[in-house]
Amino acid sequence: MSETILQTGILIFVAAAGTAVVFNREPLSQAMVLSFYGLLLGVMFFVFQAPDVGLSQIVVGAVGLPLMILLALARVKKQGPKSD
Amino acid sequence: MTRRVRRIFFLFSSVALGWVFFLAYSSLAPFGYGESKYGDMVNAITVPERHITDAVTAVNFDIRGFDTLGEEFILFTSVIGVVLLMRRQKDEPAGDHEDQASGRVVPPASDAVRVISLLLIAPTVLFGVYVVTHGQVTPGGGFQGGVILSTAPLLLYLCADYTQFRRAVPRRLVEASEAFGAAAYILIGGACVALGGLFLQNLLPLGKNGTITAGGIVPFIDLGVGLEVSGGLSLALLAYLEELLEEKEQ
Repeated sequence: MSETILQTGILIFVAAAGTAVVFNREPLSQAMVLSFYGLLLGVMFFVFQAPDVGLSQIVVGAVGLPLMILLALARVKKQGPKSD
Repeated sequence: MTRRVRRIFFLFSSVALGWVFFLAYSSLAPFGYGESKYGDMVNAITVPERHITDAVTAVNFDIRGFDTLGEEFILFTSVIGVVLLMRRQKDEPAGDHEDQASGRVVPPASDAVRVISLLLIAPTVLFGVYVVTHGQVTPGGGFQGGVILSTAPLLLYLCADYTQFRRAVPRRLVEASEAFGAAAYILIGGACVALGGLFLQNLLPLGKNGTITAGGIVPFIDLGVGLEVSGGLSLALLAYLEELLEEKEQ
């Protein structure tokens, strides 16, 4: 019973976080929300008894991907819009 | 495409997607009751035949080890792609890169961030090494541990500065780490062939259940993958930070 509650709860959280990522239109804050969403996905995999996938998800989804997005954003901002 | 057309298009395609989704899911086994002969077989053989207690690692690095080789090279080539895109070209104008808001001083990291990052570095390295070396015993392995390890230099960048980051992650070292780690996978497979087996056939003594030497070739592959992933991600980080920060200091 408690397992079902846990699983339902995390699914709702994941759905909410996923919606939040989509509705966030500012790339910088979107990267932050995406990181949180990645973390929640990792917890979801753990709750559904796939700790291996959960670990990969946390390191890739919550750390790697947002980090690369942030760095790419910084790179794009540094260059600025083309003046021609 | 006007807003109206787009909305109609969305309506039709979402109904179609929903229908296909429903069809795909309605024939699945009920939640928690999935049956898979492959799964049962893996569960039955990993401990007695491979001495590996984490079935996922057994599948990834032994039973379908050749597939994982391809997956590892996906990461390898993406890192090469990042490095290639970020490389310094000779005729690249340096003046183009002025910060748009000129005169803005980037605020230094707060003391709290610096202290926490400093405290986290050693546990992160330890945990990364633990996850890499215990892939065959508990969930984890070279890939996960490698990413954890590659966050350690990043923490150093947060608590110190770019110069310290460069000292901790010399370009030659991470390049060598990535290249050697990727090569190790093929070399281990090749060694199995040279010893008279098949590519990646587990020929080494299997060791004692639940120890870091259990699993024959699997811990060695894990180490190689750990080197490859930590080196590769550090190299990508280095390429980005180099491109972002180096001109500022000149």
